[in-house]
Amino acid sequence: MPSRIEIALKAGVRDSRGERIKREIEQFLHLPVGSVRTIDVFTVDADLTRTELEAAASGPFCDPVIQTWSIDLPQATGFDWAVEVGFRPGVTDNVGRTAREAISYLIQRPLTDGEAVYAATQYLLSGQLTREQIETIATGLLCNTLIQRYSILSAADFVAKRGFPTTVPKVTGETRGQVREIDLEVSDEELLRISKEGVLALTLEEMRIIQAHYRDPQLLAERAKQGLGNKPTDVELECLAQTWSEHCKHKIFSGTVQYEDEQGNKQEIKSLFKSYIQRVTKEVRANMGDKDFCLSVFKDNAGVITFDDKNSLVFKVETHNSPSALDPYGGALTGIVGVNRDPFGTGQGSRLIFNTDVFCFADPFYDKPLPSRLLHPRRIFEGVVEGVEHGGNKSGIPTVNGSIVFDERFAGKPLVFCGTAGLMPREVNGIPGHEKSIKPGDLIVMTGGRIGKDGIHGATFSSEELNENSPVTAVQIGDPITQKRMFDFLIRARDKGLYRFITDNGAGGLSSSIGEMAGECNGCRMDLAKAPLKYPGLDPWEILISEAQERMSLAVPPEEIDAFMAMAKRFGVEATVLGEFTDNGVFHIQYGDTTVAWLPMAFMHEGLPPMQIPARWQPPVNPEAPPQDKDDWSADLLELLGRLNICSKESVVRRYDHEVQGGSVVKPFTGVTNDGPSDAAVVRPVLDSFKGVVVSHGICPRYADLDAYHMAANAIDEALRNYVAVGGNPDHWAGLDNFCWCDPVLSDKTPDGPYKMAQLVRANQALLDYCVPLNLPLISGKDSMKNDFYDGNVKISIPPTLLFSVIGTIPDARCAVTMDFKRPGDIVCLLGNTRDELGGSEYLAMQGYTGTTVPKVEVTTALARYKALHGAIMAGLIASAHDLSDGGLAAALAESAFSGGFGCRIELGNVRFTGDQRYRTDEVLLFSESASRLLVTVHPAHWSAFEEAMAGTAFSQIGQVTENDALTIAGLSGKTVLHSDLEALKAAWQRTLKEL
Amino acid sequence: MTPTRALVITGNGTNCEMEAAHACRLGGFDEAKIAHIAEILSGEVRLDDYHFLNLTGGFLDGDDLGSAKAQANRLKNANVSGSNEKLVEQFTRFIAAGKLVLGVCNGFQLMVKMGMLPALDGNSLTQTVTLCHNDCGRFQDRWCYLKADANSPCIFTKGIEKGIYLPVRHGEGKFLTDTPQTLERIEAGHLAVLKYSEADYAEPTMAFPANPNGSTNAIAGLCDPTGRLMGLMPHPEAFVHYTQHPRWTREQLPQDGDGLILYKNAAEFVRNNLL
Repeated sequence: MPSRIEIALKAGVRDSRGERIKREIEQFLHLPVGSVRTIDVFTVDADLTRTELEAAASGPFCDPVIQTWSIDLPQATGFDWAVEVGFRPGVTDNVGRTAREAISYLIQRPLTDGEAVYAATQYLLSGQLTREQIETIATGLLCNTLIQRYSILSAADFVAKRGFPTTVPKVTGETRGQVREIDLEVSDEELLRISKEGVLALTLEEMRIIQAHYRDPQLLAERAKQGLGNKPTDVELECLAQTWSEHCKHKIFSGTVQYEDEQGNKQEIKSLFKSYIQRVTKEVRANMGDKDFCLSVFKDNAGVITFDDKNSLVFKVETHNSPSALDPYGGALTGIVGVNRDPFGTGQGSRLIFNTDVFCFADPFYDKPLPSRLLHPRRIFEGVVEGVEHGGNKSGIPTVNGSIVFDERFAGKPLVFCGTAGLMPREVNGIPGHEKSIKPGDLIVMTGGRIGKDGIHGATFSSEELNENSPVTAVQIGDPITQKRMFDFLIRARDKGLYRFITDNGAGGLSSSIGEMAGECNGCRMDLAKAPLKYPGLDPWEILISEAQERMSLAVPPEEIDAFMAMAKRFGVEATVLGEFTDNGVFHIQYGDTTVAWLPMAFMHEGLPPMQIPARWQPPVNPEAPPQDKDDWSADLLELLGRLNICSKESVVRRYDHEVQGGSVVKPFTGVTNDGPSDAAVVRPVLDSFKGVVVSHGICPRYADLDAYHMAANAIDEALRNYVAVGGNPDHWAGLDNFCWCDPVLSDKTPDGPYKMAQLVRANQALLDYCVPLNLPLISGKDSMKNDFYDGNVKISIPPTLLFSVIGTIPDARCAVTMDFKRPGDIVCLLGNTRDELGGSEYLAMQGYTGTTVPKVEVTTALARYKALHGAIMAGLIASAHDLSDGGLAAALAESAFSGGFGCRIELGNVRFTGDQRYRTDEVLLFSESASRLLVTVHPAHWSAFEEAMAGTAFSQIGQVTENDALTIAGLSGKTVLHSDLEALKAAWQRTLKEL
Repeated sequence: MTPTRALVITGNGTNCEMEAAHACRLGGFDEAKIAHIAEILSGEVRLDDYHFLNLTGGFLDGDDLGSAKAQANRLKNANVSGSNEKLVEQFTRFIAAGKLVLGVCNGFQLMVKMGMLPALDGNSLTQTVTLCHNDCGRFQDRWCYLKADANSPCIFTKGIEKGIYLPVRHGEGKFLTDTPQTLERIEAGHLAVLKYSEADYAEPTMAFPANPNGSTNAIAGLCDPTGRLMGLMPHPEAFVHYTQHPRWTREQLPQDGDGLILYKNAAEFVRNNLL
């Protein structure tokens, strides 16, 4: 008989969780609510005595100073409505898992497989609210019905029914190990139906390739020996669908593109990935010769470059967009703990040293109608921010760099980029840390979490597939603590040499991780019946492709297996031997003694011909914004600083631990009151060394409305500006490209596919054109190509977006520079030339224009400037440095001034301008977003040395830091055209998102 | 000469073990061992072999049952393999031997929830105070000024003139006592050794953000009446070198960060009293 334990706050104790819900109900749903209080509910479905239950309730579940407990007795009083929210069956319940473990310590025995504890939360609301309004609060705020269930009781019903009934969200099912055969000797229509109804996402052509494969007599003879017929099993078909999915196979990036430019010039591109991205790195590495610092690129879960004599640096950035659109909290949490496994599973494994995150949202204050299946941007914002907060903070990894970009089109799909860097020994037990291998005979071992129906078929599900007793199949909730425990164990196992190969279980689950590992030695044999399950009822194909989180796959030499398993047990980590690696060329899957899949490795990995994709570039036509001439631009600057894309994100960033591990040198905030926006992060990962890691990023989707080529070029340049601004070394930098695109493949749903594909081609061309001369190797990246919303009626496509992340080093972190003005009298100097490039700027966006003149990056002069600046920084000549981006010179001046607490006097007449002099106006000089520019301040005593350091590059003195607290800018006429006190500027910059 | 030995316990969601061990070494400990809780429960590592125990920040068991609750339960109930001993007995023996314990953030929460602080009547296994959700309802990473009580028996804070500046990084740091009497005894015994204040370290403050969580009497750190057990929400191990200060690029700062003094005092105490 299950019991309900309730934990309530004592009278008089502040319920900050309830207060927060109350605020959100008022601000977000605009409903009046008197008060909200909360009660924690634990449903204990285990064979416990009353004494044991009481010990649990009064011990680990209850804080006696502030809480009271009860068993099977409701504690709620003094409310009008009660809402109870718990998980649906099968959804990861971290609190329930911890509660279960706490009980087993208490009663000195482990709970049995059928026994469990389930957590829920009761919300007690008072106020004049109707049942309908309570429903709105429940579904709009308290409960995500995809993964959670809720029930509502009025105060009267609550009394009549003696509170909520005991609910046990247990998954019921039976393991039968069923395998179906699928007949592919059918019509084309039927093939497509099989693909669609099975959520296989295979095209007709791909289905036909599989059909043909099962006609090969030699294969059929082999299959007969294994007891298999001439039809594929569901295990095989599902495995192929995973392996060949866009997500795993990157069919668009490896497809053949027929590209036509605006002049009608045609070009066939065989694989964008090979032709541009891989080529960049190949050429850069060749150009660098013996100075090449790349150690492992593209082939592993993350890229690896050199760091110091003893350590190598690992970095990966991922996206988790679709899951975050459906369940913002779970999606984002899984995003961050998921990307953690990439550097951890690179080479022989690395220690994780920091996270980065970049989000793209629609306006959280959006107040127009949205298609009904979309969550409000505010809810996505809240959920994603909290998910990454929990994922990063709980894992003990500092979140050191990031940004939030806003554009209305991200209502269709938010973008959630999560990055993680790691540090690995250059050598582990005599083998380079970034290398690993598998020998036939090595054992297949899975560690960490158990397998459930989580994440089966990724994000292609719909809510009607769910019902009360069926586990949620697509949304996963990460569990940072289970993962951390596993990492604590594995990093020690690595140092003892207990495994030979490690990789992460992500998309595609075991089918993907073991499929790729089997490629290393050309085969494997694995028994799915051995896999540990969260609950019974999974069929073999589900076990193979489940994306249940917190799992790593390893190859363990047979002679080390006993030591490995014993150590896992001591560290409380589940580890299971599933089979062994072979060299017979076959991906051989069993369920018990029965063979359920027999796939030749060559067919799995090379059986798919490239996709053919048309691309046609036609430059877009946007109206020119009328130039403006004003006597006073102060109001424009104040408004600009409050824009979502420029304003302070402090309310979000303070929620992320950016200092854990003790290595932070340049933090997200800097300046006299610790609230100025840093350009990039500097981290010392080895505490007794001063060598620093520098990480930055660039992202400017607005420019894609003009030309995705320049969008990409500016993203690269922005990342580099940020990187050099804090002191990053331009001779030791590497890039990561993360493409998030709207579907660029021509189809009925996407008639403008060729244009979107041309945008993709152009962005790739920019990578090649810019990264090679910059000596900037690309070491890793990812693409997410289907970021559209379409409900058959409304289509929202995101703007094509490249997030370009840069990682590198600073030889001595004590030389790092921050962006705040340091002292009055310092010379304000602008590096680089300003041009009439307001196109795509935040300033024009403020007026509702896109404009025409997108900023163009001049690679040679930019590189010379960055190298010279690095020299000046290392020589200690620079007091402050800040990159110019959104909002141009005016925004950068305001930020450096209010962050430093000193004003400045600036003359626009001294700003270097190139191009047609007719466009040299105050408006352009203040707000143009021309690339490769930085604002620096220099102590007058250092000026001549600075001039020498920067010789041959474009720079000019534009003013001086002042004692007073005003930003004063003289226009080209010599008259003051902008004057504002710092307090007002800062207030405008901080106001917009302060309350979020 | 006998080496001074510090132990840092990690595992189950503990996060700050590396920088805590680093701070111990910088502070003068000859040895700073990071031991996973599994190594302690298996009997490989014994508390008895060390002088200074560090319970560091993190999210023990995800703080799923309230911060550090599950670990408090584990420490109280788990057995050490190959012995008839419960782990908690190693703790009580360690304390009874006059040794030092420093709990930071999640470690402070753990000490409080086990009852190791304030341990007013020498009872270190009964909880009388707590640390609960910040008034602002959110996790906060920000730097705070901490006014020190010069009359405190706390051995860790000896020699701090006015106060120290350290980062807080927590969602559950609001200090509360079970009764007003407990609070009175804490204050009367000068056990509330660090209190949130403004930059001048003049008076304790209840104003956000200087007081980031709304703690009663602005209490940020607490010791037991012997002064050998201390817990605090701010992170001393996160400020042992000037480059960790948020304004090091604009202020003239000494080489050592403000937090290092706690570890130096601990090492000195061990050298003078425990070898």
